[in-house]
Amino acid sequence: MSPVVAAAGLGHVYGAVRALDGLSFAVAPGELYGLIGADGAGKTTALRILAGLIVPQRGSARVVGLDPADTRSGVRESLGYMPQRYSLYGDLSVAENLRFFARLFCLSRREYAERSARLLAITRLEKFAGRPAEQLSGGMYKKLALACALLHRPRVLLLDEPTNGVDPVSRLDLWELLYEFVAEGMAVVVSTPYMDEAERCHRVGLVHHGRLLLEGEPRALVAGFTDAVLQVAGAAECVEPVLERAGADVVAVAPLGGALRVVVRRGASAGLRRALAAAGAQVEPLRPNFEDLFLAQAAGGAPAGEAAA
Amino acid sequence: MIERLKRMMIKEFLQVLRDPRMLGVIFGVPLIQTLVFGYAVSTDVTDVPTAVVDRDRSPASRELVAAFTSSGHFRVVSAEGGMERAQAMLDDGSAGAVLRIDEGFAGDLEGGRTARVQLIVDGTDSNTARVVLVYANRITERFSGAVRAAPAGGVQLVHRAWFNENLESRNFFVPGIIAMLVMLVTVILTSMAVVREKEVGTIEQLLVSPITPAEFILGKTLPFAIIGYVDVLLVSLLGVFWFDVPIRGSVLLLLLATTFYLMTTLGIGLLISTACRTQQQALMMVFLVFFPFVLLSGFMFPIENMPRAVQYLTWVNPLRYFLVILRGIFLKGTGVEILWPQMAALLAMGAALLAAATLRFRKTSA
Ligand SMILES: Nc1ncnc2c1ncn2[C@@H]1O[C@H](COP(=O)(O)OP(=O)(O)OP(=O)(O)O)[C@@H](O)[C@H]1O
Ligand SMILES: [Mg+2]
Repeated sequence: MSPVVAAAGLGHVYGAVRALDGLSFAVAPGELYGLIGADGAGKTTALRILAGLIVPQRGSARVVGLDPADTRSGVRESLGYMPQRYSLYGDLSVAENLRFFARLFCLSRREYAERSARLLAITRLEKFAGRPAEQLSGGMYKKLALACALLHRPRVLLLDEPTNGVDPVSRLDLWELLYEFVAEGMAVVVSTPYMDEAERCHRVGLVHHGRLLLEGEPRALVAGFTDAVLQVAGAAECVEPVLERAGADVVAVAPLGGALRVVVRRGASAGLRRALAAAGAQVEPLRPNFEDLFLAQAAGGAPAGEAAA
Repeated sequence: MIERLKRMMIKEFLQVLRDPRMLGVIFGVPLIQTLVFGYAVSTDVTDVPTAVVDRDRSPASRELVAAFTSSGHFRVVSAEGGMERAQAMLDDGSAGAVLRIDEGFAGDLEGGRTARVQLIVDGTDSNTARVVLVYANRITERFSGAVRAAPAGGVQLVHRAWFNENLESRNFFVPGIIAMLVMLVTVILTSMAVVREKEVGTIEQLLVSPITPAEFILGKTLPFAIIGYVDVLLVSLLGVFWFDVPIRGSVLLLLLATTFYLMTTLGIGLLISTACRTQQQALMMVFLVFFPFVLLSGFMFPIENMPRAVQYLTWVNPLRYFLVILRGIFLKGTGVEILWPQMAALLAMGAALLAAATLRFRKTSA
């Protein structure tokens, strides 16, 4: 199917900060696309460009084939956007917020009644309809924001870190909610700094320093991961010299609880395990996950590879 | 779309009416200001503590002192003692004026000669001093009129204030308060309402919706225009029914002039909001522009007394024009045939400010 969201070579600079540096991706209807990247990677900038809030300095953005910054093209009726920051009226109640956004999109009274009832039901916010939005918990607030962005049935939904600050149970709720709408054919772009959420997306793009490091189906990406991952526990003064000596074979090191998570070239894994054990550290192999993939890619600074292929 | 605009306005009203601070700005401030100006800051001078140095000690001199005290403007705090004591009281502030009647006062009067009395006024507060001298003049004039059976010829200057016959400062103040408050309230409300959307982040959600800049701007100004009218009404009613300020001109003309004036203040509010990111910045900016507007309006200091360069500045001050209109309508009953230049100035400025705000808004929000 032809994409409804297309970012082509997006580039944007804020003063001295290069926020986007040739970011390209496309999303098809019914697809849930994850933009995954650490803080400052450029996710928000990309989504704001797609929402028509910023005009990119380089490259082009298309949503349902239209320029999102062109207010007269009617693109806004097809677009839903949930900003990363607070975006609802805290002094208005849940129902008042919904009604306000429904009217902004010129929904009829009946449409509003039907859709808000359904959205309140699936977000389980019915009981709180009269409560001011600022008195909602973080998770409920995000669900309400999502409901407000969904009221006008956009064909494209852009969500900036919808699960940030949300407890695990509500996070599941949010994802379930998204699947429901994706199943109806909505294209969703969701940004998240949580690598463990990658697996919930149909396809992900790893964003680093404003460009894509890697793109593909999350499972295939991890399956194609060629490095090994070790959990290393032990005194720092024993472990560090060993890792240092291993040089380029150690791809990335990240803290993991009290221990270290070490990504190592597959061929060098056995030798490193022996050396670490000899230095008095406990070593255990781990199943590679998305974070390792990201760490390895970010550390190598490798351009978007074909790891999934 | 009328629907969108309506919903936007309902939202603004809901937000304003739910915010106790804003309710205070809309209703509390006007009421309190009017009462404060009406009672406390009245420049009508009464009960000036007066030290009397009466060296004549005649029935005539006592009569003159009685004329001063019965006017209500002067209160004798010391009737004994000489000039030194009076001067000391003037120095330490326990007396605000000294009335000195020299020997021979009664004799002069009887002989048909001009009798001299001296009034020394504490001039530290020049406004009060001026008012006190005017009162004293009126009292002595009346006194001489009563003494003299027939004027003995010569020129006699007769002061008479028109339109505000009793020179009541209240009559002068109430229109000024209306003009000042409407500006303050509407500029604050408009700029805050827009900046709050920016500060909280809700503007993003608005900008990705199909709302047009015109709808947004109308939605952000019409509610506060309505509140502005309510405030004009509130202060006018308080002035007319509580403080007995006359309203001699057409109420319809007042409403029309208010409309033009509101266009300028809402335009200023919008312009401020395009230049600020936080509500705090906006509030600072409001006061930064508000004080020059008030000071250069003729409300507190007469424009004729300002340096020429500053006088030119007052030409772009909407408050100045509205003040003339309000005083005309309230005190003189003037109609549009006299006030049209001020009305035209307000309309032109209002249209220009709103247009500038719309342009700037389009640019900054894009
Ligand atoms: N308005 C701005 N002015 C200046 N610099 C900005 C601005 N917005 C973003 N940046 C910078 O651009 C870079 C990318 O920011 P962006 O918000 O797109 O990242 P992000 O991936 O969304 O990060 P986060 O996870 O923290 O939300 C960052 O270094 C940020 O500091
Ligand atoms: Mg972000």
